[in-house]
Amino acid sequence: MNSLIPLFVIIPLGSAFLMVILERFLKNICKVITPFALLSLLILTLHFILRVEDTQIYKVGGFEPVNGIPIAIYMVIDGLSKFVLLIISLVGFFSILYSLSYTNQYTSENKFYVLFSLLIAGMNGVVISGDIFNIYVFLEIAAIASYALVAFGVEKQQLEATFKYQILGGIASMIILMTIGLIYWNTGTLNIADIYTQISNQNSLFLKFVSLLFVAGFGLKAAIFPFHSWLPDAHSSAPSPISAMLSGVLIKAIGIYVVFRLFFNMFPLSHEIAMTITVLGTISMIVGVLLAIGQWDLKRLLAYHSISQMGYVIIGVGIGMLVIVTGGDKKIAALSIAGGLFHMINHSVFKGLLFLNAGAIEYRTGTRNLQRLGGLAKFMPITSSTSFIASMSISGIPPFNGFFSKVLIIVAAVRAGYNWIAFFAVFVSVITLASFTKVQKYAFHNNDGNKWLKKNIKEVPFSMSFSMIIMALLCLGLSFFIVPEVRDIFLNPAVQILVDTMEYSTKIVGM
Amino acid sequence: MKGMTIIVKKITQLVAPIIFLFGFYIVIHGHLSPGGGFAGGVIMAGAIILQILANGNILNNLLQEEHGMELLESVAIFLFMLIAVLGLLVSGTAIFFQNFVNKGVWGNLLSAGFIPIENIVVGAEVFAAISTIFIAMVVYNDEVKK
Repeated sequence: MNSLIPLFVIIPLGSAFLMVILERFLKNICKVITPFALLSLLILTLHFILRVEDTQIYKVGGFEPVNGIPIAIYMVIDGLSKFVLLIISLVGFFSILYSLSYTNQYTSENKFYVLFSLLIAGMNGVVISGDIFNIYVFLEIAAIASYALVAFGVEKQQLEATFKYQILGGIASMIILMTIGLIYWNTGTLNIADIYTQISNQNSLFLKFVSLLFVAGFGLKAAIFPFHSWLPDAHSSAPSPISAMLSGVLIKAIGIYVVFRLFFNMFPLSHEIAMTITVLGTISMIVGVLLAIGQWDLKRLLAYHSISQMGYVIIGVGIGMLVIVTGGDKKIAALSIAGGLFHMINHSVFKGLLFLNAGAIEYRTGTRNLQRLGGLAKFMPITSSTSFIASMSISGIPPFNGFFSKVLIIVAAVRAGYNWIAFFAVFVSVITLASFTKVQKYAFHNNDGNKWLKKNIKEVPFSMSFSMIIMALLCLGLSFFIVPEVRDIFLNPAVQILVDTMEYSTKIVGM
Repeated sequence: MKGMTIIVKKITQLVAPIIFLFGFYIVIHGHLSPGGGFAGGVIMAGAIILQILANGNILNNLLQEEHGMELLESVAIFLFMLIAVLGLLVSGTAIFFQNFVNKGVWGNLLSAGFIPIENIVVGAEVFAAISTIFIAMVVYNDEVKK
């Protein structure tokens, strides 16, 4: 047992509760504690990725299995968890650096940092949890913190958005809890690995029903196509660093990650579910981008693109699932899944950066309506250039990171024989480029921007521009994941977990 | 918020301490009988809610009380976590949530290691949280009426 594992929950949770007490006596303590907590999480994640190999488990309370049946709450860190933890702590750290200046406009700043820490604690908990009930518990911590954060400005539009988000999120949580109850009723256990050993031989109607309920529940959390309607409202009304966290991390950590974990490592793979996921992914990819291109609200446009880009992640992994189920070449499956996961980290970085840019524009000009902006390139050079890099990344222009992950997905789709999906992926990429050309033109060029001269618009404060610059460098730097040596460290352990579906449970039940 | 008649006030004065004590009884017997921190905490908060409903209160006093309750809540939840982390630090095996206190004799009030302590902390947390929610609603109501 590796005793560092619970620190992923203890650090953010402890700092959140500590801040609530200390903020009464020391006014700016939150702005000191939160960045250090996030930094230590980032270091801890890198320690696990670089130094600790193989699957690590941790039994909370130290209860050993009885007759081979796990009774303790398990925390599991394997390749996939490490990968998602890296996304969470990377984007989280730069968002919080950005917030240090950004939150000056709010009256109760300290609550922002407390809720932010709770959000991180919830997401970390979901990722390292080894049983489905604790996934639900931590998912609720993250979700409730995010409801409050979406409404943080307490204006009419934000309250409406958070209300919609709460209702749909509540429905999703209820479906998930009910499904967990059904599984517990059938198998008598909540441990993911143990459930796998019990249901791996079944192929009943019950399993199909339960799988579909999970697709609906976590699909709502991940905003996959028919369940996406809350996302544009919620993600565009939140404060910008929170939008970056929601779009960049939350929908992945409590939506997509759980879908992948459950359907690869808990349920026996089935062709129907693989097909459902892939088709839904393809549709959300197309629908998201078509809805996005007509938007004039900058953050709303970005939110719709999140739906579309998550489609890429889902088809990448979905095709891998289809190939494994139909008994195809495991190398193609691995290639496809690698593409999907690679796009996941890429998306969190460039979409996070784009939301931070949108926040910077709103911070200085007070509007995010593209029709009222224009000519900002001269006044906000850092925002303009980092936004250009992020736009090129999301549109898949080499040498930025988005290009490589999209190429991996498209090549895998063609080699697996799903030519239509490959075609749609290229098609969506072209429309994405068009819509981000629009953003670049209307926000930064278009006119000479003389009206900003009168308002004395200048570049955003240091902490905001610093985190934008680092995120832009990451957009370039993550391209190196395509190099085999780097891929072996970061990406391949995660892919391995999904390709060898049985290994997860045999390792954990054996320990 | 205005109070009720003298009959209600007197009865509440008699009953509320007993309710509070009963809540505390439920909390400290959490490891022996049904109930525990959460249920006992809610009952304890019930005593406070009864007092406010019957006697009424001045807005400023309520705000002060809310402030204190919030502090109690944060301290309690932090203590809960601290005790769990102590298991990681104190016991030689480095296990989160390790029950490191002597477990005692089964059935005694002082037994089951740190579970009674955790129960008391949870009781304080739930007591403070439910009271805060109630007071916040009363304060909101008063402010709207103003």
